[in-house]
Amino acid sequence: MTDTPIIPDFGDDDADSGERKLVVICSKGNLDMAYPGLILASAALGEGIETHIFFTFWGFDIINKKTQDNLKFSMVGNTAMHMPELARLKPGLENMSMPQVLGGVPGMTSAATKMMKKQIADLDIPTIPEMVEHIQDMGGHLWACRLSFDMMKLNEEDLVDGVEGVISATDFMELSEGAQIIFV
Amino acid sequence: MPTTTIAGRRIDVNEEGFLVNPDEWDEALAVELARQIGIEMTDAHWAPIRFMREDYQANDKVTPTLRRMSTAGGFNVKELFALFPKKPAKKMSYIAGVPKPVGCV
Repeated sequence: MTDTPIIPDFGDDDADSGERKLVVICSKGNLDMAYPGLILASAALGEGIETHIFFTFWGFDIINKKTQDNLKFSMVGNTAMHMPELARLKPGLENMSMPQVLGGVPGMTSAATKMMKKQIADLDIPTIPEMVEHIQDMGGHLWACRLSFDMMKLNEEDLVDGVEGVISATDFMELSEGAQIIFV
Repeated sequence: MPTTTIAGRRIDVNEEGFLVNPDEWDEALAVELARQIGIEMTDAHWAPIRFMREDYQANDKVTPTLRRMSTAGGFNVKELFALFPKKPAKKMSYIAGVPKPVGCV
């Protein structure tokens, strides 16, 4: 019996290794919608995939130094909001959708945001500014959308260091050629 | 569970080739594992590998993610990418003889 050693395949020998390219479009500025794109980008980078993130519209808040640490989570419009803690009152309550009207109660967004931030921290997931920095450390490329930048009257100084450019939709088409795209 | 022979040693591995029995690991084996994936171990490589093993043992047998290597271990992520190209977390865990990390970040 020939005994070829079993060695994990890290894809280094694939002819197309390094060819895979991913572009994540972050278009939302809510706390809960900021994470999916950043986490997928970070996972892609960890797999050696060339990764770009394009921030547009409300997603700009993720790379705006003045807002990125202050993203909010609102219950309004989110019918999938549950409270795991309610299970202690009565089993089953944790699956109940929180009434939408509660989301409009003053202070509720702040309370819900605080709760979500705690849940995120409990899982050892970095804050948004830390995620953005981590992605850059891993070699991720950050791009900002020209139209949103102008519309929101931003300056270059507002953006986190390392954003490689404020680019147009046409530039984006060139950038994303041959890439897989995830829109968030 | 398959076994395989690396540098004349029988070791138990999973289907992918990762060690399943951390007790079979020693630094001499790590050098051979690294060589299989094209990495020559230097002092710079050893520091994160040793930390990964210590943290795995100290942290309920959870392999540290790249993020944790940076925050808890103090390693520079860019350097880890340079030392263990493309997939540093997976490559380090292979060399360190621990399961590949399962955390998302």
